[in-house]
Amino acid sequence: MEPTQLKSKAMPRFDIIFTGGVAFLVALWAVFATSHADDLGMVVHGWIFLGAAILAVLGLVFTAQGTALKNDQAIYSDGVVRFGVIASTFWGIVGMLVGVVIASQLAFPELLYFKDFGFLNFGRLRPLHTSAVIFAFGGNVLLATSFYVVQRTCRARLFGGMLPWFVFWGYQLFIVLAATGYLLGVTSGQEYAEPTWHVDLWLTVVWVAYLLVFLGTLWKRKEPHIYVANWFYLAFIVTIAMLHVVNNLAVPTSAFATSSYPLFGGVQNALTQWWYGHNAVGFFLTAGFLAIMYYFIPKQVNRPVYSYQLSIVHFWALIFIYIWAGPHHLHYTALPQWAQTLGMTFSIILWMPSWGGMINGLMTLSGAWDKLRTDPVLRMFVASLAFYGMSTFEGPVMSVRAVNSLSHYTDWTIGHVHSGALGWVGMVSFGALYALTPWLWKRERLYSLKLVEMHFWLSTIGILFYISSMWVSGIQQGLMWRSYNEFGFLTYSFVETVKAMHLPYIVRAIGGLLYLIGTCIMAYNLWQTIKGAVAKKEPLSFANPNLVPAE
Amino acid sequence: MSYEQLSAFAQTSGMIYFMAIFAAVCLYVFWPSNRAKFDKAARMPLENEDIDHVR
Repeated sequence: MEPTQLKSKAMPRFDIIFTGGVAFLVALWAVFATSHADDLGMVVHGWIFLGAAILAVLGLVFTAQGTALKNDQAIYSDGVVRFGVIASTFWGIVGMLVGVVIASQLAFPELLYFKDFGFLNFGRLRPLHTSAVIFAFGGNVLLATSFYVVQRTCRARLFGGMLPWFVFWGYQLFIVLAATGYLLGVTSGQEYAEPTWHVDLWLTVVWVAYLLVFLGTLWKRKEPHIYVANWFYLAFIVTIAMLHVVNNLAVPTSAFATSSYPLFGGVQNALTQWWYGHNAVGFFLTAGFLAIMYYFIPKQVNRPVYSYQLSIVHFWALIFIYIWAGPHHLHYTALPQWAQTLGMTFSIILWMPSWGGMINGLMTLSGAWDKLRTDPVLRMFVASLAFYGMSTFEGPVMSVRAVNSLSHYTDWTIGHVHSGALGWVGMVSFGALYALTPWLWKRERLYSLKLVEMHFWLSTIGILFYISSMWVSGIQQGLMWRSYNEFGFLTYSFVETVKAMHLPYIVRAIGGLLYLIGTCIMAYNLWQTIKGAVAKKEPLSFANPNLVPAE
Repeated sequence: MSYEQLSAFAQTSGMIYFMAIFAAVCLYVFWPSNRAKFDKAARMPLENEDIDHVR
């Protein structure tokens, strides 16, 4: 119906050539990896790469027979977003399940420990948990929402034909490679950046394609102004590309070995690692999810954001300040003291943009606070902002050197991370998934709002169990480590501090379990919504706020 | 260049750089003629209902 269809026929399909070419190169390398690899991890990865390349080519061939490869001129491409919603839910359950397992292993060390069989050891499951919840769950939420939001706010279809599909499936391949690598004991040993060099290279290819899709869509936009959510998404994509490449600079020992030598050593490596690590928090877990906040909260309350001007100040202040905060992870180390102080100072300055953003999100509800009573999805968003405010208050406090001398290396840090991860990232993601599913599958509403409410309470109580047990355990641990008797000897042996943490660890595992159950309920609710079902006891009018008595 | 000289330079230029960026952002944000543009932009997520249901 549009003249663009004629134009696109004349153009060579770079997206197909690119996907085919990448599949060919990957298959070529993988064939050699399966036969020439030096270690088991690389052999397995060779087969996975080979399988993925074959699937990619088969996918291209089969879709070429149908109409899927034709340049679809429908206004928005939502298929890939639908897959993103399903993938997010799936990886969320996997990652949180592994979290519950390792929390239980810490409470009961004998659990799933096999002497001659290392796959399920804590040391291998722990990076599996962190990567699965951050990169697989969070990453898929960001992929799906960014593809949805950029199209709506630009009034343009996703750029790049099938390139978004390449990004989606390529990212899933990255997750599978990273996860299998960890279980096989293949790791580069850098926290939150454990995948080895060949997996890192693959993610780089996928990420550049992601950046192209996003930039291309912005380029095609029919709106003169780029909406603030897209600025946050763009900062997330660009900065993660930079962090990922710099922190993973390494020389592999051979083309078919998983081992490699990092470019940086010693304190330089530590600084680069925590420049990466803290900005994974700042740009992956914060900027990306703030983009969700700036689109989904106005949409859910049906009011524009409280102050668009504040959102612009928020954006520039946040990205300019976050990038310097990393050195606070290295207090009392070989890192020069001025660098530690720099990291601490910027962490404290970060308070302002963080709370500015939180207030901007919360105040969007002003005049519509009553919706909190009738809309459990909105309650999810508001709780996520409350946890965001709490963890961005706690973080700067913990970055102060004196506080850090008590909190560092203790469970307090773990509790802090989880109030941000479960509270902010998790709940804002759940809210976005609950909002997206009826929109994407054209359903009037969710299957059941009561189940959303149940999910809300399960996750909120789960988080409270988690963070309060970690405060108890962490502060106790820190105090025990630093206590001396009158002769100047340590009062407690290390194993005594471990024993003291047994009860908080059980409480933490219970908190995690509650959170996981909530996520499973969400999965059921979303699945029923996709099927088009509506809970019998909740007729459609249940969603109508007019039927609820006011004040 | 001694350490003191370098750190004095880094701290001063860093401060000027950050203040300049912040001032530029504030100027852009509070420039009166931009007001209408931002008010319109703030409504962008709310105004695509019709297109939402095309497909």
